[in-house]
Amino acid sequence: MANIVLDKLVKRFGKQVAVNELSLEIKDREFVAILGPSGCGKTTTMNMISGLLKPDAGTVRFDGTVMNNIPPGKRGVGFMFQNYAVFTYLSVYDNIAFGLRIRKMETEQIDKEVQEVARLLQIRHLLSMPASNLSINDMQKVALARSMVEKPQIFLLDEPLSNLDAALRSVMRAELKKIQQELGQTTVYVTHDQVEAMSLADRIAVMNFAVLQQYDAPHNIYNRPKNLFVANFIGSPTINFFEGRYRGGEFNLKDFSAGKMSVSKENKKQVDDSIRGEDIVLGIRPEHLKVGSSRDGVSGLKAKIVSVEPLGSKTIVYMHPDGNPSAILKSSMDSDFKPKIGEMTSLIINEKNLYLFDKKSADLVMRFGS
Amino acid sequence: MASIRLENITKKFKNTTAVNNISLMIADGEFFCILGPPGAGKTTLLRIIVGLEKPDEGSVIIGDDAVNEIHPSKRDISMIFQNLALYPDKTVFENIAFPLRQQKIEDEEIEKRVVEVAKHLKIDWLFEKIPSQLSGGERQRVAIGRAIVRQPKAYLMDEPLSNLDALLRLEMRVALKELQTNLKETFVYVTHDQVEALSMGDRIAVLNQGELQQVDDPATIYRMPNNMFVATILGNPPMNFLKCLLRRKNGTLQIEHAAFTLNSEDKKVFSLLKAGGSAAGVVLGFRPEDIKIHLSKPGTVSIPAEIYVTEPLGSETIVDIKLGDNVIKVLAPPDFVGEPGQSVWITANTHKLHLFDESSHECVFHATEKSAFTIEA
Repeated sequence: MANIVLDKLVKRFGKQVAVNELSLEIKDREFVAILGPSGCGKTTTMNMISGLLKPDAGTVRFDGTVMNNIPPGKRGVGFMFQNYAVFTYLSVYDNIAFGLRIRKMETEQIDKEVQEVARLLQIRHLLSMPASNLSINDMQKVALARSMVEKPQIFLLDEPLSNLDAALRSVMRAELKKIQQELGQTTVYVTHDQVEAMSLADRIAVMNFAVLQQYDAPHNIYNRPKNLFVANFIGSPTINFFEGRYRGGEFNLKDFSAGKMSVSKENKKQVDDSIRGEDIVLGIRPEHLKVGSSRDGVSGLKAKIVSVEPLGSKTIVYMHPDGNPSAILKSSMDSDFKPKIGEMTSLIINEKNLYLFDKKSADLVMRFGS
Repeated sequence: MASIRLENITKKFKNTTAVNNISLMIADGEFFCILGPPGAGKTTLLRIIVGLEKPDEGSVIIGDDAVNEIHPSKRDISMIFQNLALYPDKTVFENIAFPLRQQKIEDEEIEKRVVEVAKHLKIDWLFEKIPSQLSGGERQRVAIGRAIVRQPKAYLMDEPLSNLDALLRLEMRVALKELQTNLKETFVYVTHDQVEALSMGDRIAVLNQGELQQVDDPATIYRMPNNMFVATILGNPPMNFLKCLLRRKNGTLQIEHAAFTLNSEDKKVFSLLKAGGSAAGVVLGFRPEDIKIHLSKPGTVSIPAEIYVTEPLGSETIVDIKLGDNVIKVLAPPDFVGEPGQSVWITANTHKLHLFDESSHECVFHATEKSAFTIEA
C-alpha cells in the first residue's frame, strides 16, 4: 500500500506551462479523481505520477521515497487507459496471465491469481473465450483484470470509461468503486466528467489552466466550491449565476428589471463582513431555483420560460431573466410540473441556498445557510 | 414549411441493411428527433430524406411531392452538420446573407430576411463583427442563421451540437428549441444523446440496427417503452431489469425473484403464463427514481436489501443496491448516507413497474394505478 505526495510539481512544454506548482497528498487506500476540462494539465499530472513524464521542478514521492528518477516499470503502478490494450488473438485467461508469465511466476500461482481476479470482476465464465469475441464491456473488464492481477500498490486510471455507452458506463462506475473499496489500492483517476469524479472519488482535485483550484471531498466541492470555476464545472445542469452589486443589505441584480433582493436580518452582518467589493456574483443551483407561486421565498425576480426539458425523472425549465434575453436560467422541477412556454414566472429562492462570490477575484466569500 | 413522409424505406450497403422498412410521418412544423446508438441507421435515414442516398425500396414524400427522383439541391431542404464552417473574412451579416446573394435576390429583400433571422437568433447586434471576434455560441448561431435564411421547406440536423463543450451545448439546445418554437418550421434532428432527444423533440423516433423501435412524445416514450432497448436508451441511469419467474400460486399471480415476490391480479398478466398456466420467465423493469430506500424497516411492506456502493452526484445520490445476485440503481436524495454492506429496506412505486418478454425483450405489461403490483410480505 502507498501514499502519494506531489510537491510543487511543475511541467512545461516549450513556453506552455502544463502543470504549475501542483501540490497534492493522496492517502494510502484513497480514491482521488483529478478533474478538469481538456488542456487543464490532468493527464500531464498523471504521467508524472506514473513516470512517463519527468517534472521540470518539484518532487513525486511514494511513501516518502522520491520517485523522480525511478523509471515507470519500477514504480509499482498499474495503468488503465481509455484505449484498453487487450490482445485479441489470446484467450481471456492468457491476456490476464500475460504479465505474470513475463515475470516468470509459477504456473500454479498464476492460475490462483487469475482465478481470483476473474472472480472479483465476474468474468470467470469468459476465461477460455478468445478476447476477440468479447463485448466492449467485458473487454474493459479484461483490461482492468490485467492491471489488477499485477497487484500494483497504486492504480492510475485515465478516462477508462469514456469509450463505453452511457448504460455500460453507469454499471462499470459502480463496479470500479466496489472493487477499489475491496482491494484498497491507492487510486488516481483522471476524468473530464464531473459525474464520474463525484460518484467515484473520496476526494476530487479540480484543475484549470494548469493550476489546482480545489482539493476536497465531493460533498464539499459541490456545496462549498472555492470559486466560480469550480461552482460552474460541477453539477448538471450548471449552477445559475446572477451578477450584481451589494449595498446596504440589498443585492441589485443586473439581469432583472426589478432586481432588488434584500438580505435577511440574521444574515446581513455576515454578508457585510464577508464582502470584499460591491461587485458580486450570486450562485444558486438549479435544484434550488424553483418557479411558480409559493408563499415562501418569492424573490420578486421574474423570468420568461423559453424551453422545457422533460427528462423523465425530472423536468428542467429554462428561462431568460426579464432584463436580459440572452442570459439563461435553469430550474430543476419535479417531472409532473407542466410549465407554459412564453409565460412570465416568479423565481422562488430560499436564501439559505445561495452562494456569494466576489466578482473581481471569483472566490466564494460566503455560503448562506452554513 | 412541409411535412415529410417516409413509406417503407429500405437501404442496404452490400450485405448490411442500414435501414429496414421504415415508415414515418413527420408533421409540418414538428421538432422531430431520431435517436439511436452509432450504427442504428439514423444518419442514413437523414441522408435519404435530403437525397444524398437513394433508398433501395420505398418512397420519400415532402409536402405532397414524391421526391425519390429529385436532386438534393432541388428538394429545398437545409442541412446543418456537426462542423459549421463560417467565412472568416466576411462579416456576420455577409455570412448570413451568403446563400441569398447566390440566389441573386435583391439587396432590400436580403436585408429584410437577414435582420429577421438574426433577431430570432439574437445576433442582430453583431452584424459588423467577423467570426474571430465572436464567442463559440455566437458563431454557432451565425452558422444556423446562414442555414435558415433560405427559408427551406424543412431543416435536417445531424448531431449539430456534439462538438461543443457542455455549457455551449446547453445554451444551443435552448436556442434551437426556442428558434423552432418561433419559426414553427419542420426540424428533423438526429442524435445519439437521449437528453437532446427528450429535451427538444415534440416526438422521438428510436432506431436500433436499422429497425424502428418506437415513435412517441418524450413523456410516453419514457413511461411506456415498447421494449428493453427503448427503456435502456432513455433515462440516466437507465431502467433496471431483473429476471423473474411468473407463476400461479394460491389463486394469485406471483412474480418471483430470489430477493422478493410481487403479486398481481391483473388479467393481462395472467395471459402471460405459458399454455396450460405453467410458469414463464419474465423480466421486471423499473426506473431508478421509482424505488425508495429506507434505512430502518418502514411500516409498509418492504423488501430487505443491502447497499452495494453509493455514488453521490451533488444534486442527488445514486445508490447501488444488492438484491439477491443482482445490483440495481436507485435515485436517493443528495444527503443520503450509507455504507457498503449496510442493511436497508426498499419500497417501490408498484404502479410504475413493467414486464418484458424474456426472449423477445418486448414490453408485455405496463402497470398502472389500477393494475399496480403488491409486494408480498
